[in-house]
Amino acid sequence: MKIFSQYGLPTAGFDVVSTPEEARYAAEKRGGRVVVKAQVHVGGRGKAGGVKLAHDEDEAFRHADAILGMDIKGLTVEKLVVAEAVEFEREYYVGIVVDRASKRPVVMVSGEGGVDIEDVARVSPEKIHKLTIDPRGGVTADEAMVLAGNIEPRPEIALQVADVILKLYDAFVGSDASLAEINPLVVTSDGVVRAIDSKMNIDDNALFRHEKIAALRDPSGETDEDRRAREMGLSFIKLDGNVGCLVNGAGLAMTTMDVIKIYGGEPANFLDIGGSSSSDKVLAALEIITSDPKVKSILINIFGGITRCDDVARGLIRALESTSIDVPIVARLTGTNEEEARKLLAEHDLVTAETMDEAVEKAVALARGAE
Amino acid sequence: MSIFVGESTRLCVQGITGRDGMFHARAMIEYGTNVVCGVTPGKGGQQMDGVPVFNTMDEAVSATGANASITFVPAKFAAGAILEAAEAGVDLVVAVSEGIPTLDVAKVYQRLGELGTRMIGPNCPGAISPGRAKVGIMPGWIHSPGPVGVVARSGTLTYEVVDQLRRVGLGQSTVLGIGGDPIIGTNFIDALTAFGKDPETEAVVLIGEIGGTDEEQAARFVSENLDKPVVGFIAGRTAPPGKRMGHAGAIIAGGKGTAQEKIEALEAAGIPVADRPSAIPSLVAAALGRD
Repeated sequence: MKIFSQYGLPTAGFDVVSTPEEARYAAEKRGGRVVVKAQVHVGGRGKAGGVKLAHDEDEAFRHADAILGMDIKGLTVEKLVVAEAVEFEREYYVGIVVDRASKRPVVMVSGEGGVDIEDVARVSPEKIHKLTIDPRGGVTADEAMVLAGNIEPRPEIALQVADVILKLYDAFVGSDASLAEINPLVVTSDGVVRAIDSKMNIDDNALFRHEKIAALRDPSGETDEDRRAREMGLSFIKLDGNVGCLVNGAGLAMTTMDVIKIYGGEPANFLDIGGSSSSDKVLAALEIITSDPKVKSILINIFGGITRCDDVARGLIRALESTSIDVPIVARLTGTNEEEARKLLAEHDLVTAETMDEAVEKAVALARGAE
Repeated sequence: MSIFVGESTRLCVQGITGRDGMFHARAMIEYGTNVVCGVTPGKGGQQMDGVPVFNTMDEAVSATGANASITFVPAKFAAGAILEAAEAGVDLVVAVSEGIPTLDVAKVYQRLGELGTRMIGPNCPGAISPGRAKVGIMPGWIHSPGPVGVVARSGTLTYEVVDQLRRVGLGQSTVLGIGGDPIIGTNFIDALTAFGKDPETEAVVLIGEIGGTDEEQAARFVSENLDKPVVGFIAGRTAPPGKRMGHAGAIIAGGKGTAQEKIEALEAAGIPVADRPSAIPSLVAAALGRD
């Protein structure tokens, strides 16, 4: 919401609070009638009971008390948005995404706002109007007006909607977003257009040129392991199984998880150490994996290209010498410098495997034996 | 024959004096690729193992007739390097860099379309036509010449598949990594179109992953336009929704882009889909009538 108001978008007044007392104060400040919303970075908050209308400050207090601490799709609600409750007569949707198929930004508007746009797309796709944009030029005022005219017949209000489209596009490009949407964009009973709720996803690859946005990163919901992985440049996603995985390359890492499942096991994580991996990364990756008490075996699957197998082997040996890893490790290192890696690992207590299938089979059996 | 890279490739290495650029320039030369020049701003006039280095792509192309480039340039500067290569007149740019902002890639892609330059990548291992030319970072020795075209969204998984093919003696016409980003210059359909026209390619292995709908579109293309057999594999059957699986483009968003949908689309197009990499060679052998 902050980013949206910076670009001059007409947002409803709001405060971010973290206690019921603060919610009461914020409601009082806005005349009592407010909407109390869970601030978690997932969709479907309304459906989960995380959005409630309060008619006065006491009700705002009670709603805040109920919503704080609530679990929405695995995230605990620690903050709330208390926003001015706007009386409106129409609800619209305005959004911009990077469309992978056309390789360009696409602006979408719909007269069916206030509901999940993916539901609208499924049930009545004809109610979503789209325009593909040349990213070098951006949206023109005429294009914005044509889009607005699709959903709003009254010229003076359509003009306001068009203005929102132009400003939203500026916010989208200016923030390097992959998605920016206002849902709902409402028309109040006195004919004024206001953004009630909004969402923006930022392209991680562009964060280097958006220091202010990068600083908004919400650390709640990030575990110590997640943070450590991010700082070390590892792609790590925690899962529920007992076979820890250390793989180079995203596609191979996903495939390793899939093959574990085929052999009757459950992966404990996704972990891609990336290209040109140093032994430091391997050491950090092993520490992250072994910090999960559910892990009963570790599978190392490396196909050396830029990554050199001997580098991985050195990291592995350092980990074995510096920390006590008490679960069995199955290592499959093939590709660039595999011979050197084999020699380095020969005198260490590891199970080795030639192929991915063999390595997975052994790791799954070891995990099962330990349960 | 082969697609995109081959004997006629005259390669320029952008960022040739950097750590990665130098390492891979040497590996490509060793493989037999015709590396005619390199570019590093400020290092014009130097040589890298006898390869002349220029300050700009314009100078490099006019002096050496380079018709392709590969970029080993940090992500921040990569979009500019790709544009510079295209404006200088090369037909092909292989963008290895990972982490280029998506909107920059979108802008570059528009311009490359006008110039008629093909981009492979970004965030990709490149392309290799075994025995002819390697324009990328893949280990050359696992590849061998033969009738199988391979196109994939990821790097090391492709090496795994090629290694499986090697073990049973199935060589490749061209192996192409198209990249793991949301916007890429060459997609599955572009690669399938080229493999379709290549007389040496008799079958194609398509390696997809979760995220986007490129595999679904490829499936439709195969059933309508391609008269060569295709074997598929999709990574990420066990990937949880809403999480970015390493690649910027590998994410199941809004229930879309799941492995299951892609596998169904491929199978509906008559494409057999392997459940694991080690199951691919026998499907390819069957498709070639060699089982």
